[in-house]
Amino acid sequence: MSSHTEPFASLPVTPKPGLRRFHQARWDEEIVFELSRPGRRGVGVPAPDAPLVELPESVARRTPPALPELSQNQVVRHYLRLSQETLGADFNIDVGQGTCTMKYSPKVNDSLVRDPRVAALHPLQPESTVQGVLEIYWRLEQILKEISGMARVSLQPGAGSAAIYANIAMIRAYHASRGEGGQRDQVITTMFSHPSNAACAKVAGYEVITLMPDADGNPDIEALRAAVGPRTAALMITNPEDTGIFNPRIKEFVDLVHEAGGLACYDQANANGILGITRARDAGFDLCHFNLHKTFSTPHACGGPAAGACGVSAALVPFLPGPVVDRVENAGTAAGEPEVYTLTVPERSVGKIRPFLGVTPNVVRAYAWVMALGAEGLREVAETAVLNNNYLLAKVARIPGASVPWADRRRVEQVRYSWQQLTEETGVHSEEIGIRAADFGVHYWTSHHPYVVPEPFTLEPTESYSREDLDEYAAILAHVADEARKDPEFVRNAPYRQTVHRIDPASLDDPAQWSPSWRAYRRKHGGQPQA
Amino acid sequence: MAHPYIPNAGPETRAAMLAEIGAPDVAEFYRDIPAELRLDRPLDLPAPYTDEPGLVRHLHGLLARNTHPAELLSFLGHGCYHHHVPAVCDEVNGRGEFLTAYAGEPYEDHGRFQALFEYVSMMAELLEMDVVNVPVYDGYQATGTALRMAARRTGRSKVLVSGAIAADKLAKIRDYLTPDVEVHLAPVADSGEMGEVRLDDTFAALYLETPTVHGVVETRGRELAELAHGVGALLVVGTDPISLGVLAPPASYGADLVCGDIQSLGMHPQYGGGQAGFIASHDDERLVAEFPSRLFGIAPTAVPGEYGFGDVFYDRTSFALREEGKEWVGTAAALWGITAGVYLALMGPQGMREIGETVLARTRYAMRALAAAGAAVRHQEAVHFREFAVEVPDADALLADLHGRGILGGVRLGDREVLVCVTERHSIADIDTLAAAVKDALSALGGAE
Repeated sequence: MSSHTEPFASLPVTPKPGLRRFHQARWDEEIVFELSRPGRRGVGVPAPDAPLVELPESVARRTPPALPELSQNQVVRHYLRLSQETLGADFNIDVGQGTCTMKYSPKVNDSLVRDPRVAALHPLQPESTVQGVLEIYWRLEQILKEISGMARVSLQPGAGSAAIYANIAMIRAYHASRGEGGQRDQVITTMFSHPSNAACAKVAGYEVITLMPDADGNPDIEALRAAVGPRTAALMITNPEDTGIFNPRIKEFVDLVHEAGGLACYDQANANGILGITRARDAGFDLCHFNLHKTFSTPHACGGPAAGACGVSAALVPFLPGPVVDRVENAGTAAGEPEVYTLTVPERSVGKIRPFLGVTPNVVRAYAWVMALGAEGLREVAETAVLNNNYLLAKVARIPGASVPWADRRRVEQVRYSWQQLTEETGVHSEEIGIRAADFGVHYWTSHHPYVVPEPFTLEPTESYSREDLDEYAAILAHVADEARKDPEFVRNAPYRQTVHRIDPASLDDPAQWSPSWRAYRRKHGGQPQA
Repeated sequence: MAHPYIPNAGPETRAAMLAEIGAPDVAEFYRDIPAELRLDRPLDLPAPYTDEPGLVRHLHGLLARNTHPAELLSFLGHGCYHHHVPAVCDEVNGRGEFLTAYAGEPYEDHGRFQALFEYVSMMAELLEMDVVNVPVYDGYQATGTALRMAARRTGRSKVLVSGAIAADKLAKIRDYLTPDVEVHLAPVADSGEMGEVRLDDTFAALYLETPTVHGVVETRGRELAELAHGVGALLVVGTDPISLGVLAPPASYGADLVCGDIQSLGMHPQYGGGQAGFIASHDDERLVAEFPSRLFGIAPTAVPGEYGFGDVFYDRTSFALREEGKEWVGTAAALWGITAGVYLALMGPQGMREIGETVLARTRYAMRALAAAGAAVRHQEAVHFREFAVEVPDADALLADLHGRGILGGVRLGDREVLVCVTERHSIADIDTLAAAVKDALSALGGAE
């Protein structure tokens, strides 16, 4: 019996090195057009079975589109190779995209939305045929009302920035309804709130005032006092801000804006660490938004589809994007009779922020996520995310060359760190540290622009990662910082273990050279790789 | 027991981590939150299903309240379409690498950049335009942004928009262009096409949609392009790319910007979750500078002959410039872009021609069948792609009657108007079933009068 196991038992066991010997997939894969051969096809199409329509010359396509011609297995192989050359959150310790809450997206939720009773539903079907999906919208709204303290929640926006835009559209409609639309032409935001707060306000016609941080790392309340007045439409603010610092005077900020007749709008992109701890409405906010693809676990999908949720106080309910889902009171009369759900457009609705009701699969996923956790589970999520964040902070703060701006302040959901000392010592910049870190199988991000924190990097562990994961991430950063000190050129020339080598971005900003499509590339560079 | 989604939830792990931090408890991290802002009770939420089978049973119970789509014969369209989704599309967009990736650099996410670059490149061939963006949220947003781009490009603040457009879409455009751009409406001729329009040099753009909300294919594109260009305005055309295997790409008759939704290209309807928007232009620096969205391009690497990717002209976006950027950019619908790329790679030029021919032929077949069944088909002389409108005595009553027969006969456009949608998924037998049911229903309704 033992003879079967002996050869294995006698194999030498090499201890695993300190860091992962990772190499990203490198298929050296062609551009899809280069795989094309005339006459191949990837899928069959039903024949017309009816006489063809003769098109007038003015509308008929003259030359067929120069799409690639591939067999089905070639398409599969090509795209699976590209997928392997993509480092999804499923594959890495994805704590490096701070502020984006890269938590685990449960697979069971993906399986639910592939059900034809979600995937194949048409958004204009009679309400009687979609009661289940309407009930899920209604149920998730009740959950988000409780989490935010708000009177109602719209699940229509397609993502976080769309939710910010929807909130601004409601703010604009609210002031207009009170005859103050012309007068209130300014929106105040903060430098450590997401840039879309400023950008969406500008699109909606507002002048934007941005508050900078004070010496303690809070948005400067004196600057707010100076800015608020009869022209103030709203304050658009994040808390904790992208630094991870919770502004303890947030209620004063809200009160100042209210005293001036403005509205207070809470960007809750960073809500993960405060679920069940503190609520938007309790601080006096009139509007807020959540990102279902962040706090509520729906997958980031290479950058969407995502989903946003706008919560509002009673005064703003009439302006909500429509439709919303209402439960028809007393519809289910007899015991055991199901409740009835219906679509309603709020009386002064700002209209549709996107076609139809919302990004339904992500509404289903978010609902399923909450229902797997409950109130106690959400509290566990928040506390563990904050614990993980502070654990990683303790580890990163010990890395020579790394520092934590406003180090004496506590941190909630993420931390914006700085490599300023390391850069001064070695000349290696934060972006270069990140590219080298990817050689160990992780993603890393700096910060939004402009860089207020010099040489920034922003980490957010969420509740999804284990202690060992956080140890590994910190060890990678420590290792790369050490490399930078010993051999800065080596780090600057990274990556070494990625799909491709160092990219020269110069042509991307040169109109004569840039190639935003294969068609443009063929025209400008003859289809030959650039030297 | 730790929750399956929370590895560090156990008390021992917590204690060890707190010790490493030097903090007494987790409450320490929350001390900046003032007492009066603390929720002093647990959230009042439904009891959870902490075991996976229980969760699945609960969700399946809710989904069971939806009528199973297989039990209904649907002719619904109006911006969301039941085209066939090739299995390969679902296979690729279900891959964990793509489904869970986000904002990686072009090194660790080379595949994401390449897949999106290929998507825009295949769209560029279909559209005969060199520049296509990484998808925005949906076709409504794409149209709003295309019109704002035209206004910025021309420095003008009025647009003339096709009157044959979905009411919700028009409302979104009006909202989105406020307060910078005034929206004027072009008349619709009896034919269903855009009527006679007057433009002057205060207009930034003429927006033409083809097929229109009624499925009518506009035939005067070139004339309208010349009219717009004659006063220094841009021609912006809204279209569905699935029609472009057979219909002329708008650039061929003079469009400066083309926009729309790509849901038709491989996305399930998902109760509205499959929408994604595209905007395309020629490679004119002045227009490229007006895109708010990300644009991906090829760039050389340190190794000769190797393709790298990156953002084209990043310093126009709100990521780079906050409110000084063009509108805003954020998470939108990238995975649907990758999926549409898979769709176009599967279809190729031949598949796109065939699907166009089939949809055209079956649409006309359906128009004739419904006319023969007694419905008053509108715009009968026009070429239709996929949709057409019928006038009936009572739209609600007709649709309710058809629903009773297991048929979702169309989308109600008005008290007496129904929009019928036919795709390649509808067999001739399906269309005959609809026609027979409409005939029955109309005679029943007529009999009741």
